[in-house]
Amino acid sequence: MNDTVPTDVTASDASAEKALVTVENVRMHFRVGSPLAALVGGGASVVKAVDGIDFQLRQGESVGLLGESGCGKTTTGRLLLKLMEPTAGRIGFDNQNLADLSGAALSAFRRKAQLIFQNPFEALNPRFTIARALNEPIANAKVPIGERKELIIRAMELVRLSDPEQYLDRYPHQLSGGQLQRIVMARALILEPSFIVADEPVSMLDVSVRAGVLNVFRDVREKLGLTAIYISHDLALVRYVCQRTIVMYLGRIVEDGPTEEIVREPLHPYTKALVAAVPIPRPDQSHEPLPIGRGAPDARNPPSGCSFRDRCPLAHERCAIEMPAPTRVGERLVHCHIYDE
Amino acid sequence: MHESLDTQIESRSLIKQFFDSLHLPTGDPFAVAGLIIYAAFVAVALSADVIATHDPTEILYTPAYELAADRSPGQEGYILGTTSLGRDIFSQLVYGSRSALLIGLTAAVMVALIGTLVGLLAGYFGGLIDTILMRLADVAFGIPFLPFVIVLAAFLEPSIWNVVLAMALVLWRDTGRVIRAQVLTLRTRAYVEAARVSGSSDLKIVFTHIAPNVLPLSFLYGTIAIGWAILTEASISFLGFGDPETISWGYMLQDAYASQALSQRAYYWFVPPGLCIILVVVAGFFISRGYEEILFPKLKD
Amino acid sequence: MSELQDNNILLSVRDLKVAYRVGSKDVMAVDGASFDVPAGAIVGVVGESGCGKSTLVRALTRVLARSARIAGGEAFFEGTELFGLSEPDMNKLRWRDIAFIPQSAMNSLDPVYTVEAQLHEVLMQRGGMNRKEARQRSAELFEMVGIEPQRLRDYPHQFSGGMRQRVAIALALTLEPKLIIADEPVTALDVIVQRQILDQLKELQQRLGISVILVTHDISVVAYTCDKMVVMYAGRVTESGDTATVLTAPFHPYTMGLYNAFPDLAAAGGVLTPIQGAPPSLISPPPGCRFAERCPFCQAACRTVVPALIEVSEGHNTACHRVAEAADLRVKAAATETWEANA
Repeated sequence: MNDTVPTDVTASDASAEKALVTVENVRMHFRVGSPLAALVGGGASVVKAVDGIDFQLRQGESVGLLGESGCGKTTTGRLLLKLMEPTAGRIGFDNQNLADLSGAALSAFRRKAQLIFQNPFEALNPRFTIARALNEPIANAKVPIGERKELIIRAMELVRLSDPEQYLDRYPHQLSGGQLQRIVMARALILEPSFIVADEPVSMLDVSVRAGVLNVFRDVREKLGLTAIYISHDLALVRYVCQRTIVMYLGRIVEDGPTEEIVREPLHPYTKALVAAVPIPRPDQSHEPLPIGRGAPDARNPPSGCSFRDRCPLAHERCAIEMPAPTRVGERLVHCHIYDE
Repeated sequence: MHESLDTQIESRSLIKQFFDSLHLPTGDPFAVAGLIIYAAFVAVALSADVIATHDPTEILYTPAYELAADRSPGQEGYILGTTSLGRDIFSQLVYGSRSALLIGLTAAVMVALIGTLVGLLAGYFGGLIDTILMRLADVAFGIPFLPFVIVLAAFLEPSIWNVVLAMALVLWRDTGRVIRAQVLTLRTRAYVEAARVSGSSDLKIVFTHIAPNVLPLSFLYGTIAIGWAILTEASISFLGFGDPETISWGYMLQDAYASQALSQRAYYWFVPPGLCIILVVVAGFFISRGYEEILFPKLKD
Repeated sequence: MSELQDNNILLSVRDLKVAYRVGSKDVMAVDGASFDVPAGAIVGVVGESGCGKSTLVRALTRVLARSARIAGGEAFFEGTELFGLSEPDMNKLRWRDIAFIPQSAMNSLDPVYTVEAQLHEVLMQRGGMNRKEARQRSAELFEMVGIEPQRLRDYPHQFSGGMRQRVAIALALTLEPKLIIADEPVTALDVIVQRQILDQLKELQQRLGISVILVTHDISVVAYTCDKMVVMYAGRVTESGDTATVLTAPFHPYTMGLYNAFPDLAAAGGVLTPIQGAPPSLISPPPGCRFAERCPFCQAACRTVVPALIEVSEGHNTACHRVAEAADLRVKAAATETWEANA
């Protein structure tokens, strides 16, 4: 919304020097079922969790990765952090190919790219005190022992934990969800990374404390100029923290552009349904019927051509034959045949 | 505060951590009884020199230089009587606890250590390491245990360490499999992934984040192994493949059997070592049961 | 409160208390909850995790965890007091009059039987139908909840999450109950499916004239679906009334805070304001108002005296010592600084 730099969203744009993260035709296919089952009756199949995605993240940009469960958003986040290796395609970070990183280069990458976990109750080892949990990344980065305490306290202050000393000797189960998620964020931020993946960081938290964690995320990101991916199924949350949104459906990107525009006027039929489905916390709000067919996305057996066509109210013959290529509409990229004719 | 934080982070007593992570099952009365029995046996074994009234292998004579054989308990001051070769049964029993615990504990440590390592590596790294280790476990599962120990005794010198070696070679399989299964679920925990993101090496993750969670499990298998080792040593000795130089409860039983103690109704000779074996094995069972209730609380209902 | 004579009230809950045995202590998960469910209305029960909303509605079906018991209060269902009923009588009421939809439908479906077999069991054993009638009725039910009847032969694992939730609704509708209690029925679902399930519930409620109690933590779900709402905090009802009035003119600071903390897609810009702190422990709850600790408008009396649930307008109840100043507080609550000052 307050984006002054023009949004370069195409992977082909010559903006590589400004891009921190480049994703080129990345695929992640999982084999499910046993090989034996495949022999007997085709029980084994391939799930295309991510099936050919392209995008770039510019330095300092915050981008929402939006979609339903199973759309590949979490897998994408894991791939960007080299927590798994893609089946195909290339992921570049700071002009390096992630696939080539190992040893010292990998350690350096781990310092720069961090993850904020979905479930703060599980992201911290229950046997570790908060001090020990926060010490782990800086100990790995070989920070001298004498400097560690200051770093720990500073990171905790950064996420607005008041009186940080009181938490040091406590164990995770002695903290509330909101406090834990701040600790998880402090841990991610302690080495001053340049890139953060936040995987539904507030979905396990109660409504009354969510806002606090979101505000910290938003403010810290702006203050440190972090490049961030915010993974969520909730457009209202994404809108709160991201200027740009990438909408995914069944392993592919369907729409990519400024969040405000997507909320105001979604272009892709799937995004339209997604925006219309978000409930509004006001009783006077009128809701239109959903522009989508019944059924659910089936990752094991996606339709030919456009993977959304079986639920799409506007699908025609071409959608079954041809996979839609990205089409530029204003500042947005839309993967739909309505816009490329 | 600076110091306290650093010490707290860096050097929290390893020993204390170890005992904390063992979670001794002190809540269960049976387990406590088992722990007390173990403690008693350990005390006896450690102070065997003080408690024993005679050298267990010494052939005893009366002041008139007659063989002091087949004395019944209490007779001439022999607490549990003597064997038909004139050796003091009480002293043999006391020294027997020493070899029993030596075998039991070393076997337990070996089984727990090897099994835990195998389980951790196979479970965490998966892939080829997992395949190789688990095929080895399959082979170990195929080996019949007692005959294996006998064959080993035939190849090597008869020694109580054969039992320990055999257990180390074969019995890690159960511990390894169970711990591997546990590690498979532990390694998917979010905090393990968090450790990876924070730059911890695989080995560091295995030993600081995963191992402490499986330690009670290895301890459970360790306590089971103690009973197994003592029982195996007794069987081997009883079958006559044991170490003739070392006094053990199994050796005592074999000695009593060969001397036809049963037909002579010399119960004082073979009942005490038999009872000791039962006590130690049962104590091990109680402790492991206590552990199971901690590890798998559903057993309580 | 004389709704008991009122014919339009299907269920009236009065001062319900549910206790959990924790060690040697009783912990009051629900500590005196009162509300009404009018016939043919959808009532939302909202609150954060641990506020007792799930326990509350489970108590109404009298299916509770083994360590929990109903420690007091009454619930009148069409004039019959539920907690005084014998177990066989209560059992007759379940399914037939009061049906339950759990959060995870997978848990309520037996994985080894087809969905049809499970529907038939309820229809034949409880509904006294023969096989032919049961078959016809199951097909009807599936059509009603928007699933093709040929999928009746499928096993639970062959359905997606949303479909399973539809099956659970079909199962709840088998004996045409008067009241459906749904415990977080859409929490695990994606927005689109969530919307479809809520639409389904609304449509069925209008068509069949049934009442629904919808438990949720999401006030936007309440705003979309419910005619009335009950807000719970730390085991107590803090506010209840028509959804429209409670959300537009709340009387309790907690409701005001909750509303501020909720992202609103339709409102441009805007700042989310958290409520500082965390709910109190129910093991040793504070003596006065349970929200006092986190409330920016807390006064001395709030920490010592339990506020009573009083009627502030027709059918709108609030438990707050400062109800008289509500209009003023609402203005202050809208400002972010108000909530930060309490930190």
